[in-house]
Amino acid sequence: MLGSDAVLRSLELEGVDVAFGIPGGAILPTYDAIARGTTVRHVLARHEQGAGHMAEGYARASGRVGVAIATSGPGATNLVTPIADAWMDSTPLVAITGQVRSNLIGTDAFQEIDATGITMPIVKHSWLVQDVEELPGVMKAAFHVARTGRQGPVLVDIARDVQEAEFDFEYPDDVDLPGWKPPHKVHPRQLREAAKAIAVAQRPIVYAGGGVLNADACAELLELVDSAQLPAVVTLMGKGCLPDSHPLNYGAPGMHGSKFANWALNKADLVIAIGSRFDDRVTGKVSAFAPGAKVIHFDIDAAEVGKIRHAEIPVVGPLKLALAQLTAEVSAVAAEGAPDRGPWLRQLEDWRERFPFRYAKAEGVLKPQTAVELLRDLAANREEDVIWTTGVGQHQMWAMQYLQCDKPRSFITSGGLGTMGYGLPAAIGAKAARPDATVVCIDGDGCFQMTCQELATAALERLPIVTVILNNGWLGMVRQWQEMFYDERFSQTHLTQVAPDYAKLAEAYGCAGFTVESEDQLEDALSAAMSAGRSAVVDVRCDAEEKVFPMVPSGAAAVDTIEAPGGEVMSA
Amino acid sequence: MSSHTISVRLENSPGALARVSQLFSRRGYNIQSLAVGPTERPDISRLTLRVDCSENSLEQIEKQMHKLVNVLRVTELAPDEAVERELALVTVNVASERRAELVALSQVAGAQVADIGRDAITFEFVGRPEQVEAFEELVRPYGVRELVRTGRVGLRRPSASRPTQSSVT
Ligand SMILES: Cc1ncc(C[n+]2csc(CCOP(=O)(O)OP(=O)(O)O)c2C)c(N)n1
Ligand SMILES: [Mg+2]
Repeated sequence: MLGSDAVLRSLELEGVDVAFGIPGGAILPTYDAIARGTTVRHVLARHEQGAGHMAEGYARASGRVGVAIATSGPGATNLVTPIADAWMDSTPLVAITGQVRSNLIGTDAFQEIDATGITMPIVKHSWLVQDVEELPGVMKAAFHVARTGRQGPVLVDIARDVQEAEFDFEYPDDVDLPGWKPPHKVHPRQLREAAKAIAVAQRPIVYAGGGVLNADACAELLELVDSAQLPAVVTLMGKGCLPDSHPLNYGAPGMHGSKFANWALNKADLVIAIGSRFDDRVTGKVSAFAPGAKVIHFDIDAAEVGKIRHAEIPVVGPLKLALAQLTAEVSAVAAEGAPDRGPWLRQLEDWRERFPFRYAKAEGVLKPQTAVELLRDLAANREEDVIWTTGVGQHQMWAMQYLQCDKPRSFITSGGLGTMGYGLPAAIGAKAARPDATVVCIDGDGCFQMTCQELATAALERLPIVTVILNNGWLGMVRQWQEMFYDERFSQTHLTQVAPDYAKLAEAYGCAGFTVESEDQLEDALSAAMSAGRSAVVDVRCDAEEKVFPMVPSGAAAVDTIEAPGGEVMSA
Repeated sequence: MSSHTISVRLENSPGALARVSQLFSRRGYNIQSLAVGPTERPDISRLTLRVDCSENSLEQIEKQMHKLVNVLRVTELAPDEAVERELALVTVNVASERRAELVALSQVAGAQVADIGRDAITFEFVGRPEQVEAFEELVRPYGVRELVRTGRVGLRRPSASRPTQSSVT
């Protein structure tokens, strides 16, 4: 068998049904193997960054490993952003790149780039394959490393002559990685300590993050929250891991999280961090974060525990197992009598009622939040599942605040890297993973223009997605900072609402295009787009000056939130 | 802040060393010395790293290193539980009339003469890192032309009773 065929057989044996990529010289033999026949569906992207984000969207929607393929040199460098994105958000991704022939490596040959070197800080591991005999073992190891432990990206860089070499293909049953030993069990003593701390806490709060989704531990989290009646906050990356409609779910904390979620953390006496990592966008000033709380930190990655905030009770291990065992322990301990948490739960409810997300409506002005609320309501009335993706900016924060996600893997966003341009290709990847679902990208006009060429991919590969551009004519999030912290010097943030004409652009790509200029046009356009049966873009021209509130200024304490003008001031 | 010696068993594969050193520079940890070489097994090398950091950072360093696929084991070598050595080569300027004095002095200090030139001598010195420093001080007044140190290497003492502190293994 040829090395190139071995790549495909390996993908098939790993259960890969879709891969995203673009061919080029150094990966040509592998693309020829695709032409020779494979069960792997290849989706041809228009830019390798798009291919990478598609693979990420696929992975986040399905829980399976995403696969992106690119050629050497510029193909590999175009994949760097999605690899970094997958690294920051722990998304399982296998990036496969062609490399120049072995005898040319190190000579600055045409399209030679040190792909393993460039990506070294942003992958779990990488391999440069220069011997075809190593190829099957490397492919096996790559998938294993990407999906086990804390998930994330790996890179397999394959020299062209390896793809062309003949050998006897045999796919190994086991991986041989003596240095890769992610934890597979949880320390029972730590669990007991955690259960005891929970049992005596008067003001506990669960702080759940994306790790819960990655660990497929959503059912276990729900069980814990229900049985111990623990209130919870859920981060941007975790959205959907606990139903947004659950009465004990207090939503997202952080820079643009709700006041009640931030206050819940601030006043808690016990923070139960589960698959979350005390990111600065959540904590604000670390020394002022949850100042009166003990911390229990559950994570598969020991390095996250104690990295930012000391954990009195660290619990390292797979969350699915840990949470199931914790629930059992907590019930056992709770039987001995628990403190009255009534006042705490009433306090949280009171804050939630007094400080909901809110914005001021104005006659004749279309507020971006209105569009998101309407999308939420339209989605609730549909029979099929709706999966949301977003770009990065104000629209992303409004999506976080106003969408209701009751199912795991229904909210897909770039959290750690904050990659503009993520949403549209991620939606295509999500659609490839979940053809039964309606996939809607809530995008910004700036973000959309970073990867909108992938509309061609959506249209031609029959992966229909809906893109709703909250078109404020600005790099809105940056504009907001300039308005609030830079004396309204709007330096290089104006895009205009009119150029390009997004509906026309959509049509040029073979998609349906809609333009919404006032609130009364909104519902028809959004409904039509969601039911179009093909890819659609809705250009929602909305208020350019709307800002995201509440807001914790960068570096400030998370309790010191700036409220939307005109709100009640909360005091400690 | 205090100095720590970390011993790492590393798979002897391409890029493995680069991954370790990359991790240090990216996370802003300062390496005072790094020595790497083969071990009793041809497929494994051992790295001895000397870092200046807080206890907290040390724990982070160990945990982050553990996540590297090529890293097999990370151990802190506590000073009283480890044998630590370093080799230095020092070329000292010396006029012929003071040669005998310098050679005699260095022999008392435990150094060997590695080469003798017209106006300089190269010594080799092996010892505990602080002895290396002392030797350096001893010959400095003569004028050190060039000096190179290997950086410390270390192994846990088999006579040490308590197991060395090790991160998640
Ligand atoms: C690739 C990239 N470049 C720059 C930024 C910095 N940035 C963050 S949000 C933002 C504005 C996004 O504008 P838009 O997509 O229109 O969204 P809006 O904030 O207006 O909703 C920018 C430039 C980024 N996050 N990613
Ligand atoms: Mg905008």
